[in-house]
Amino acid sequence: MSKKVSALDMPDVPMGQLPEHLNRQRTRVTCNADAPIHTDAVHYSGAYSLMGVDNSMGLEKFSKNFKVEIVRLSEDEIEFDMIGIDASLANAFRRILIAEIPTMAIEKVLMVNNTSLIADEVLSHRLGLIPLDADPRLFEYLSENDVPNERNTIVYKLEVSCKKDSPRNTVKTNQLKWLPNGSELEMATLDKSAKVKSYTSFSCSQDSLPEISKKPLGVKHDDIIIAKLGPGQAIELEAHAVKGIGKVHAKWSPVASAWYRMLPEVVLLTEVKGQDAEKLVNKCPVNVFDIEDLGHGDKKAIVANPRACTLCRECIRGVNEELVELGRVKHHFIFTIESTGALSPEELFIEAVKILEEKCDRLLSELS
Amino acid sequence: MEGILLFAMEHGSLSDLSASTFSLMDEDHTLANSVRFTLNQENMDSSVVGCMGCALRHNFYAYDMWTVRPRVVFCGYSIPHPSDNKVNIRVQTTGTISSSLSDPAKDVLKDALENLTQMCQLVRSTFGKTVDDFKVKNQ
Repeated sequence: MSKKVSALDMPDVPMGQLPEHLNRQRTRVTCNADAPIHTDAVHYSGAYSLMGVDNSMGLEKFSKNFKVEIVRLSEDEIEFDMIGIDASLANAFRRILIAEIPTMAIEKVLMVNNTSLIADEVLSHRLGLIPLDADPRLFEYLSENDVPNERNTIVYKLEVSCKKDSPRNTVKTNQLKWLPNGSELEMATLDKSAKVKSYTSFSCSQDSLPEISKKPLGVKHDDIIIAKLGPGQAIELEAHAVKGIGKVHAKWSPVASAWYRMLPEVVLLTEVKGQDAEKLVNKCPVNVFDIEDLGHGDKKAIVANPRACTLCRECIRGVNEELVELGRVKHHFIFTIESTGALSPEELFIEAVKILEEKCDRLLSELS
Repeated sequence: MEGILLFAMEHGSLSDLSASTFSLMDEDHTLANSVRFTLNQENMDSSVVGCMGCALRHNFYAYDMWTVRPRVVFCGYSIPHPSDNKVNIRVQTTGTISSSLSDPAKDVLKDALENLTQMCQLVRSTFGKTVDDFKVKNQ
């Protein structure tokens, strides 16, 4: 009579650790030829509780596993890897980067004279989309009831004309002049004796403010074409820039774009040698595979650069279905942020995380 | 910009605080999905807690079956209409027996939000440090 063994002590009951296939489901998206599978993240901490496995991502576990690796960093662009973070947080950062980080952009345009071929509203729309070289953290929001002052408005002037008998000229952004003293236009009033009021009330010149005097507030790129003028045409306008977020209008989005992708994982299921290896290497348009010489003219295919995989699925199409398995690692994100210039890309990411923290704090204070 | 919060509770459950729906204004998937993630991770901390099967306290030192003691039975969010800026977050808790009161869903949500805040701070500090190291290395 065999000894009585508790069901929990049976050799194939995996106490404390997930079996291989379940762990693969939990941590990898398998990209089959027709569609990816296991795309959902298994979030619930008690998902594997009956197996005695704790699926929770507590703070200690998170701090142990979380890593950031920077691949590329330049003035306008950053590419970095975030490892150990969940898709919901990565997506939250991406959404905040695109829509909720404040920037300065031209909002109000006061037209004095516009005899060009570009209509007023089209010209104003184009002015709004010009990226400005102004740190939005130095400014406050301007709401309906506020008076525009040096703390919430930046004033620009554009005064160009094309003389008669001269060829067409192009109006570029370097002709937008910053007015640190505020608006120069006077508000029209019926009362002739009243004091002349300007559209903005700057109490001091923006030039004199310590943070702004370090770098004049101009446009980021000098060579963006705003309009083209034929002979005899002129544009004279004043533009006021205010702080806003991308949710309200895309002109206030601080990124050209921000996106992420999951780390690709390419696994060769069998050994691929000789002619088949050559064929496999040639199939991939981004050179994920490479040939390794084994000596005696023998060749074998290896996965040289899985990170470049774009999931075109050429390697699993047709006859080669059983050779390669494509997948994505779930908690490893390759983030790319392209900034339009107001803030540097690494500052943008830190601002995005700060904004998510602020949202939580706001909700926490409401709940208490 | 404001996150005005309303409690919505179904009829007849005003006394049962272990399950609530929170309706948040001016929020969308950004916060709701992140909060759903941290809510799913909510566990009880103490090692001697009530057994989920009966209402008695068990001494678990000898029998380590329940290594996971989640506080949340259900959590999810929905956006009633995409034109309205509203999110409904539903939390249903298991309830701790230690105080013979159910864990109010509000407390679990608060803990989840604090966890999320701490995770964000960790992300920020790790990222900042990595950027500084990278800049020094690639002077």
